[in-house]
Amino acid sequence: MSVPVLKIREELLRRIHAHGVETYPYECCGALLGRDGDLSRDVLDLLPLENRRNDSPRNRFEVTPADVLLAEKTARQNNIELLGWYHSHPDAPARPSEFDREHAWPWYSYIIVSVQQREPRDTTSWRLRDDRSAYDSEPIESTALSASS
Amino acid sequence: MAVKVIIPTPLRAYAGKQESVELQAATVAEALAALTSRFGDLKKHLYSEDGRLRSFVNVYVNDEDIRYLQKDQTRLREGDTVSIVPSIAGGTQIG
Repeated sequence: MSVPVLKIREELLRRIHAHGVETYPYECCGALLGRDGDLSRDVLDLLPLENRRNDSPRNRFEVTPADVLLAEKTARQNNIELLGWYHSHPDAPARPSEFDREHAWPWYSYIIVSVQQREPRDTTSWRLRDDRSAYDSEPIESTALSASS
Repeated sequence: MAVKVIIPTPLRAYAGKQESVELQAATVAEALAALTSRFGDLKKHLYSEDGRLRSFVNVYVNDEDIRYLQKDQTRLREGDTVSIVPSIAGGTQIG
């Protein structure tokens, strides 16, 4: 199955990396806001959120329903959509875990950044299949800041 | 009674691309049963294999989380709005 490209400006990717470094060795999380199209999905802004998972923040993150509603409201106010979520995997690969899969919905984009020893490494994005069996990798196209948009 | 169920964006593809669905239900359980009966593909994204609402799926009646009401036996009144809101969770298995 082909997954449309996820376009995101380098500056926003750097902000995700910085968030992952800032919360290291704990996981960071936040919302991806932008526009969804047939050929590509454009991330236009981020909403960094607090990891509400206090009992095991090194290997878990949680965004509460109240924060989900806040992210939806923020998107609506800017005439854009809540497209998905980002989180970090401290000292672990940027691949979705079984736990990630069990707690996901299709359609959302899930960006994962691997932060190794406080250094951001790989960044990947994923979409859950309709039948929930697995994730498909979503290609990321990082774009430089431009006047178009 | 007639109630409105708001469908979250990620699940609209499984509900005829509708933002909301009007249906007849006296309780939250009835509303969700009617919804998943009308749109069968929604079921696996709301319920786990054991038939329980997935742990990250939250249901609100108007602005109240049903966990603080009578859970899925919460009674509905004419014109109530039922919202399905995920909590987002995940993380690595290492650690």
